[in-house]
Amino acid sequence: MTNEKIKDFSYTKHSLVKRKLVLHFPKKTIDQPITYKLVKDYNLVFNILKAKIDNEQEEGLLVIELSGKDEDYAKGIDYLESLGIKLQPLEKDIERDLDKCTHCSACVVHCPTGALFVKDRKTMEVEFDKEKCILCEACIPVCPFGAMKIEY
Amino acid sequence: MAKTYEEINEKIKNKKAVVLNAEEFIELVDKKGLKEAAKEVDIVTTATFGPMCSSGAFINTGHANPRIKMQKVWLNDVEAYSGLAAVDFYIGATQIPDNDPENSNGKGLFKYGGGHVIQDLIAGKDVKLKATAYGTDCYPRKEIETTVNIKELNEAYLCNPRNCYQNYGIAINKSDKTIYTYMGVLKPNAANATYCSAGQLSPLLKDPFYKTIGIGTRIWLGGAQGYVYWQGTQHNPHVKRNKNGVPIGGAGTLAVVGDLKEMSPEFIAGVSMQGYGVSLAVGIGVPIPILDEEIAKYAALKDEDIEAPIIDYANDYPVCKPRDLGTRNYKELKSGKIMIDGKDVPTAGLSSYSKALKIANLLKKEIQEGKFFLNKPAQPLPGTEWEEKFKPLKVR
Ligand code: SF4
Ligand code: SF4
Repeated sequence: MTNEKIKDFSYTKHSLVKRKLVLHFPKKTIDQPITYKLVKDYNLVFNILKAKIDNEQEEGLLVIELSGKDEDYAKGIDYLESLGIKLQPLEKDIERDLDKCTHCSACVVHCPTGALFVKDRKTMEVEFDKEKCILCEACIPVCPFGAMKIEY
Repeated sequence: MAKTYEEINEKIKNKKAVVLNAEEFIELVDKKGLKEAAKEVDIVTTATFGPMCSSGAFINTGHANPRIKMQKVWLNDVEAYSGLAAVDFYIGATQIPDNDPENSNGKGLFKYGGGHVIQDLIAGKDVKLKATAYGTDCYPRKEIETTVNIKELNEAYLCNPRNCYQNYGIAINKSDKTIYTYMGVLKPNAANATYCSAGQLSPLLKDPFYKTIGIGTRIWLGGAQGYVYWQGTQHNPHVKRNKNGVPIGGAGTLAVVGDLKEMSPEFIAGVSMQGYGVSLAVGIGVPIPILDEEIAKYAALKDEDIEAPIIDYANDYPVCKPRDLGTRNYKELKSGKIMIDGKDVPTAGLSSYSKALKIANLLKKEIQEGKFFLNKPAQPLPGTEWEEKFKPLKVR
């Protein structure tokens, strides 16, 4: 489903596309010259918005902005997927249901970017800074109260 | 000068009782000293909110026509225990639906279970009821399927055999792969630590020798007024104590009861622990009457006076291996990181401090408004003099 969405250009009239994507990649691909290839072989402009490599989970995470001609873009996506990289469009949205959140802070250590954090150590309330969220969804299964939700 | 329960209740009646939450009391003692604070304050409110697995509710549905002696009962597909009278049953917090994939298909999400059924009931939602029976002359019906709503139930009361643990451990994972526990998801190589206590707000930590909290104590339970009806299961006053008299690790527990019909889904909530199961988060507030200076001294204990032991949930906990990995106090835990083996380890609570504070303030308000009175315990909880020792199960 995400694939179709990523490659769905029906709503744009231009042949140039610009998309924000989240890439989850297994460790074995970390050494690959992905950026170089996308630029050189696929004529795409590649902008890294956020990057994170978790050594313990052996998993990398990139949020990128990818732009170029639509056919190049589609080929570039195929290339990334052929490497076993999981792609998600940055069009979805993570929401915290404040009625359900108990500020237990179980999610905080699992959030790779610090989007979920405790600001005030006296009240111990958990804040959610959407700007920092890279939609990795790590918080969803670890939240005991089902407060973190993904919306498309 | 010592105070009595009767005197304080008289003050509550006249809306003259001086009530502070445990945080405020700590500040007052810092400012004015113990003697003065003990004299001035009548009640300190304490509270906790966190997953408490040993929880559940007794329910009586009333009789259908024709009658059924329910032998097996399900609420929203979650089985309740019905080895009781015909239409009495007990829905336990940790029960999962019969068709839950559990951990068979990767680590299960356990999205729904007994704890969620209880929360749905409290929230006033209709809940599916199914029951089967073998049929008798007096109870001929063999099957029933309908919906129930808390408003129509004869009785629905929370009756939790073990809540409100006096302190708890700090969970880490020293193995090299992620583990999924009732203390949350623990990353390998001790990359995170979880704890589960409200520390300086937590009831039994502010009355470590059970001088005021006992059987019959009136408490705030999920928004209703409830009671301590016994010591909780696994109550263990013999756990080693620190210099402040506070047990280092899980010790005393409370068995509590209260009317589900008066509770709020904000303070009684279903819990899903990935890879582990379901539970119920329970909000409890306990008033501590400041009868004398000694009680005041304990009620003024701070996060830094209360320590919890570090426990390895990968290697030690599953095989009951006692291993001393040191202790950390709640001030350190609440700072967001603790040092373990020379490494900063991020911490997270499972118990919600902010919700506990909210409960302590709600209880404070109820007392100030003359709506909540103290009930003197009919019997104290077993203390350090208790002959019973906490025993492991011997497998014969
Ligand atoms: S884990 Fe869930 S309930 Fe706990 S603080 Fe995070 S979002 Fe809130
Ligand atoms: S999806 Fe959740 S865990 Fe991931 S960055 Fe956003 S808030 Fe953090």
